[in-house]
Amino acid sequence: MMAPSSRLRDVLMPLVLFGALAAVPLYATLADDRFILLFATRIAVMALAALSLNFILGFAGLVSFGHAAFIGIGAYAVGILAENDIWGAWISLPLAVLAAGLFALVTGAISLKTRGVHFIMITLAFGQMAYYTATSLSAYGGDDGLTLWGRSEFLDTPVFSDDTWFFYLVLALLAGAYGLLRRICGSRFGRVLAGARQSELRLEALGVSPYAYRLVAYCLAAMIAALAGALMANQAEFVSPSAMSWHRSGELIVMCLLGGLGSLHGAILGAIAFMVLEEGLSGVTEHWRLIFGPLLVLVVLYGRGGLLGLLDLGKRS
Amino acid sequence: MSAVLELIGLNKAYGALQVTRDVSLEVRAGEVHALIGPNGAGKTTLIGQISGALRPESGRVRFEGRDVSALTLAERARAGLGRTFQITQILPEFTALENVALAVQAHQGHSFRFFRAAARDTRLNDAAMAVLAEVGLAERARVLAGALSHGERRSLELALALALQPKLLLLDEPMAGTGPAETEHLVALLKQVKQRCPLLLVEHDMAAVFELADRISVLVYGEIIATGTPEEIRANADVRAAYLGEEIPA
Repeated sequence: MMAPSSRLRDVLMPLVLFGALAAVPLYATLADDRFILLFATRIAVMALAALSLNFILGFAGLVSFGHAAFIGIGAYAVGILAENDIWGAWISLPLAVLAAGLFALVTGAISLKTRGVHFIMITLAFGQMAYYTATSLSAYGGDDGLTLWGRSEFLDTPVFSDDTWFFYLVLALLAGAYGLLRRICGSRFGRVLAGARQSELRLEALGVSPYAYRLVAYCLAAMIAALAGALMANQAEFVSPSAMSWHRSGELIVMCLLGGLGSLHGAILGAIAFMVLEEGLSGVTEHWRLIFGPLLVLVVLYGRGGLLGLLDLGKRS
Repeated sequence: MSAVLELIGLNKAYGALQVTRDVSLEVRAGEVHALIGPNGAGKTTLIGQISGALRPESGRVRFEGRDVSALTLAERARAGLGRTFQITQILPEFTALENVALAVQAHQGHSFRFFRAAARDTRLNDAAMAVLAEVGLAERARVLAGALSHGERRSLELALALALQPKLLLLDEPMAGTGPAETEHLVALLKQVKQRCPLLLVEHDMAAVFELADRISVLVYGEIIATGTPEEIRANADVRAAYLGEEIPA
């Protein structure tokens, strides 16, 4: 039987989060505040990336420090195609996802042979490899990045070009990815991932080698992150290597920790909290990290499950 | 009687320390074969080599007539070689039911099934509940494994191995750290299990060993110094010498 607190977390919290996000365009119209719509779009895109990371990091226990590479591959797929005058989203989005999946298949096949700190380091190394490759793409902006002269197109609809439509597109993809991953976490496949996180030796003794399962999960997470990257390129109409620097990978890990490690909607909550704090604090002082850092430490210390854990605290006892 | 498991000339050393010396042993169909020996005799190391967790330097392991020496732990488990661990290896964040359901799932083939909810899968839960009932944990099915008592964890450890319907079970000190009542429960349980598959039992509890075993092998400094029926082992002078100070029930 589910405890009341976990029912609150697993049913109510996602409803609240998605409901709040879905209401943003209405608020933006009523308050005549265009900035908040654009900001919410950026949040939803980051939430999609954080969601995919928390699936492998929190749920499968694979601490990947190179997740930004997949976002970058997705963003560059859109950017490079656009630079070659290919604007169709039905080409760029699938290509972005496939390219990242392929990169994850190769790098994951190698990285997943290692454990612990070695895994962190090797994923970081692959991530930096992708970063430096992007900086050396002189035909596509190199260090400076690439400005897009518009957004992707989809069947003459305004889903990409109109900001409200685009926001709902991102939100729909976020909801779709959330539903898919939630389903997968509860499946037999998900059981193997969660079991291997707890004791790899036990899984082996049951006749299950976690390697292939982890590799599939790793590729899936990469593909979702690439989708986030492709959306990010459209949102900003700009692609740059900084999208795949290790800082970005670190930020994603912080979002997962902040929201609740291993919880899918925790990642969404973490992304919202991170970006709102960043935006709010950086308006107060340019040294906003001095405040943000200790705040993060407090959340991780006192809410063992991140912000979700803190929200539960009152219900527990 | 035919041998289910055959060890042929196993050797293993950690640096200069020879922990397994030319060990040959067979476990026959239907028997409980106990492996005893003083602390540090190399019993757990030997179990590791049989299950595939450790590699011997030389020698072979044959299981059901097939050479499994090159197979990994997971491959040997799939072939029907079940094992329990001296230090309990359960999944603490899963309930007891989820633990066993995962074992049932592993036995049903690959787990590349992404959509159906495992928690409501009767093909998993019914079989898992049956195994839990067998080891006496039916009432504790919904409790997180990490919150179970030590004795209950030992039972769960056994349930995980049983759910794989093994053709041979390697038990590494199943009674380690359990109280008298729990030991009695486990002995009764192993007597039932014995009806289904042969057991290779490593155990320090001599009363339990002599109650359960059909044959006993004695391992001292990595070497098997005697194999025989409980009566033969009791009477063996070398064994008595090796166990100087330790008790073998007369």
